[in-house]
Amino acid sequence: MVEIRNVHKRFGDLEVLKGINLTVNRGKIISIIGPSGSGKSTLLRSVNHLEVIDQGEISLDGARVNRPDLKGLAFEKHINHIRQNMGMVFQHFNLFPHLSTIDNVTLAPRKLKGMDPKKAREWGMDLLDRVGLAQKADVFPNWLSGGQKQRVAIARALAMEPKVMLFDEATSALDPELVEEVNLVMRGLAEEHMTMLIVTHEMGFARDVSDWAMFMDGGVVVEEDDPQKLFSNPEQERTQSFLRKHLRS
Amino acid sequence: MDFNLMVDVTPLLLKAAWVTIDVSARSLFFGFFVACGLVFMQSLRFAPVRWLARGYVSAIRGTPYFVQLLLVFYGGPSIGFRLDPLTCGVFVGAFNIGAYMSEAIRGSIESVDSGQAEASRSLGFGKAQTLISIVLPQAAPLMIRSLGVLAIVVVKNSSLISIISVVELTYQAQRLIGSTYKPLEIFTISALMYIVIVYAVMGIIELAYRRATRYTTL
Repeated sequence: MVEIRNVHKRFGDLEVLKGINLTVNRGKIISIIGPSGSGKSTLLRSVNHLEVIDQGEISLDGARVNRPDLKGLAFEKHINHIRQNMGMVFQHFNLFPHLSTIDNVTLAPRKLKGMDPKKAREWGMDLLDRVGLAQKADVFPNWLSGGQKQRVAIARALAMEPKVMLFDEATSALDPELVEEVNLVMRGLAEEHMTMLIVTHEMGFARDVSDWAMFMDGGVVVEEDDPQKLFSNPEQERTQSFLRKHLRS
Repeated sequence: MDFNLMVDVTPLLLKAAWVTIDVSARSLFFGFFVACGLVFMQSLRFAPVRWLARGYVSAIRGTPYFVQLLLVFYGGPSIGFRLDPLTCGVFVGAFNIGAYMSEAIRGSIESVDSGQAEASRSLGFGKAQTLISIVLPQAAPLMIRSLGVLAIVVVKNSSLISIISVVELTYQAQRLIGSTYKPLEIFTISALMYIVIVYAVMGIIELAYRRATRYTTL
């Protein structure tokens, strides 16, 4: 489904991704953990082409995401198409504040798929219902709590029926008591066998839901394994010390 | 104060005030397109075009409007660029305020959190649609306020085109003073008329601003 092959990325002199490989199969959930600055967010953003990689290949369902051969408008068209198949959830939600909750969710299907407004509203209500916020459909984002905002953002990302969902530290900006409601929605998606690539600081959550866990540090994959094994019995020293710090809290 | 005189000259000044409004409105209208052109040029990847736009903005902002006006009106004909006074007033007014407006537009667009464009792009929207549907509606409140300040500048700057004998409010006032020798009365009335125009502009801006920020209170 998602293939990441030998991906390199540098910001100026700093190489933040040093040859990353990862395969995400359909219906699988992969968690990426690691200290800040390890490159995990950059990797996730590269999958959505929000970061442009310098070397390597990323593909979604066999279609290549990065296409150095395409320039200008041809690339625009290509990437817009690719992105419609991926749902991205951001740390800071990035809801559109000038649109009501339901319009946040239905904007993409209406404008990109030409879904008619009535059908889009029904579809949007379904999605809001899934994240438990149907009653907030006509409210503006400013009136929602952080947890509610992130749940709307998940509904918005689901609206284009993506093949894969990308979560970039979806609960990191939330007050501790609001984390669980977002995790609950993500668990729901997991039960429906949504393919997910999750960058997270929530070790317990990563252990519970993922099929595969990957520990990154300094732009490389230090260790990857079955989550039960990686979290309880890591082999690498760097993984051990990272987990000691994070599992204690 | 000669109140009878003030009443007598009012109709003539009102007519001239209309010219002030007309010239200002046209300067703003065309200036907006100049500004959009400059913003577009500065968003291009081809550097020389960006430099050209930046250089133009710097040149306009670095020289007095009055000098720009005189240069085009009196200097233009020697290179075959001849405009009648009214057209020249609108032309210089538009190209002057356009430079300032381009900065106001750019600033308001850049004030929108970059995560907004990212979220839009990640859904599959293109650059143009992201700008129109996501960024501009959020840039609008600040843009309206900044452009509003410039609209007031345009109204007040328009008094300077009296120097190239456009019969607007200030020129008409001076003409009437020439025949009546009553500068206090006549300039008082013309000043009052400027105030009315400026406050009307501010009212329109306030309405537009409220319209653009409605979502923050809903």
